[in-house]
Amino acid sequence: MATASTTQDRAAELNVLARKQRSLWQDAAYRLFRNKAAVAGLIVIFSAFLIAILSGFIAPYSPTLIPTSPASQMEPLWTGSKYTDPRYLLGTDFLGRDILSRLIYASRVSMVVGFIPTSIVFALGVSVGLTAGYFGGWLDQLLMRFTDIVYAFPDFLFLLIIVASFRNSPFGKIMDGLLLIFVAIAIVGWVGVARLTRGQVLSLKEREFVEAARSVGATPRRLMTKHLLPNALAPLIVTAAFSVPGAILGEATLSFLGVGIIPPTPSWGGMINEGFPLFAANPWAVLLPAMCISVVMLAFTFVGDGLRDALDPRMKT
Amino acid sequence: MIPTLFFVALITFALAKAAPGSPFDKNPDKPPKQETIDKWNRFYGLDKPVHEQFILYMSNVAKLDFGTSIRRQRPVADILGQGFPVTAQLGIQALLLALAVALPLGVISALRQNTLIDYGSLFFATIGTTIPSFVMAIFFIYIFALGLKLFPITGWGTPQHMVMPTVILAMGAAAFLARITRASMLEAIRQDYVRTARSKGLREQVVIVGHVLKNALIPVATVVGPAAAGLITGSFIIETFFSVPGIGREYVQSITALDYPVIMATTLLYAFFIVLANLSVDLVYGMLDPRIKVAK
Repeated sequence: MATASTTQDRAAELNVLARKQRSLWQDAAYRLFRNKAAVAGLIVIFSAFLIAILSGFIAPYSPTLIPTSPASQMEPLWTGSKYTDPRYLLGTDFLGRDILSRLIYASRVSMVVGFIPTSIVFALGVSVGLTAGYFGGWLDQLLMRFTDIVYAFPDFLFLLIIVASFRNSPFGKIMDGLLLIFVAIAIVGWVGVARLTRGQVLSLKEREFVEAARSVGATPRRLMTKHLLPNALAPLIVTAAFSVPGAILGEATLSFLGVGIIPPTPSWGGMINEGFPLFAANPWAVLLPAMCISVVMLAFTFVGDGLRDALDPRMKT
Repeated sequence: MIPTLFFVALITFALAKAAPGSPFDKNPDKPPKQETIDKWNRFYGLDKPVHEQFILYMSNVAKLDFGTSIRRQRPVADILGQGFPVTAQLGIQALLLALAVALPLGVISALRQNTLIDYGSLFFATIGTTIPSFVMAIFFIYIFALGLKLFPITGWGTPQHMVMPTVILAMGAAAFLARITRASMLEAIRQDYVRTARSKGLREQVVIVGHVLKNALIPVATVVGPAAAGLITGSFIIETFFSVPGIGREYVQSITALDYPVIMATTLLYAFFIVLANLSVDLVYGMLDPRIKVAK
């Protein structure tokens, strides 16, 4: 009996040794790609990226082209109503602009707004959080007080006030209002990341491996970049994965309220804003951008959930 | 709390003042004469230096005087007094609905983990937390108002008007709370004291209600505060969408019109409720879980 179990143990041990070694990250990637929803999400995001990059080639018309012959409020072809036009697969909006082309061009706004502010937020938030968490002192105090204030502001309210205040200034007009939205999302978002990083660093810096590294003479800089940051990375990646759709939602909501991307540049939120007064007459002009937002948001959520489960199975809910 | 609100007021004031333009140039067809603008600026105290305006405003707020709306020519307190009951009603209805849906859903899906019910409620939770409220509202209007003609599209007043805004506002909070309830139930079910309770022969009902539920609801109670804060923020998008005459719609309109007194007062009111919601979390936590106090 005893020998049998030892043999089994040996076999199990050998099996482990025989398996190809995988790093923690490879392990996480393996788990992520086994998650069907996450893979589907990745495919959607990748396609949306391709559409955004190639929009100039695949869009049949210019998104801002107002045709000379009035063809406004055409419905999509599949509705089979008499208000369709074979030239416009998804119909036209209230000015006669091709909805398909506008949807394709609008994906640019969403993709750019998803990733660029998130990069700013993380570059800023992680560096401030690392320094504040590691050194403490006045920087830490300042950060904590500042986050208290920003936390009392609901995220979207803050975003709305910043954007509404500056959208009529010259700065607010750069890149059809995109730059202002980038900056506003970054201002609102970096504090949360800084606070998260700080919390991670505070709990990590008392651990033995950090003490060991310090005792062999690692500089603060080396400690922060080689020991603290890599170990704090998993929750940060998950947060980043969720802050991308957060930013896309922020832009869509601003544009829906009429204070986002400056028309006639198309954005999904803006298309909903323009089409909504005529919703009953031409519902597809509103439903289609709404569907685009939903699909992209769901894709990002699936990837975010997948990443969270892959990087830290303990966080799985 | 007071310092936080003070800084919220300071930031809002600075941002609103940094905005180019003035509240009096919003009608491009009929630009008012310069002397009229000067007169109005004097009347609203907008001719003074910005810091003096801020000090004056804050000292008035301390006396609970919120000024006069530039756009509506009415005291801000009146406007908020009229809109607030509507917003509060919408918010409370949505919160109650969210709790009524989320708690049973979360509990049942945890008890029937990995069954169809569980997957269904997870699907609902994902949809509810992911799809933006105004997008959800579009689908709702298309199906229930345009298609089935069950409810009027926009407006407020009759119970029929309230159904869609309440349901959509509740959706996000319900999804979030259901997720938390399920997770915390699953956590509690696996605890040793539950195994003990079962092994000493307690009926399953008693185990679930007396042991699992009691402990599982503690984390849920603590997120009701943030969920309520989310409802407060969500309300102004829903109010704008459905033309609900609450403070949220007033707020969005006042921002584009640069109606400073309304912007300031509404922001402060929102911030007040959010700080209150977050504060109540700490209190509730201490009351529900005495271990927290011991740990401190």
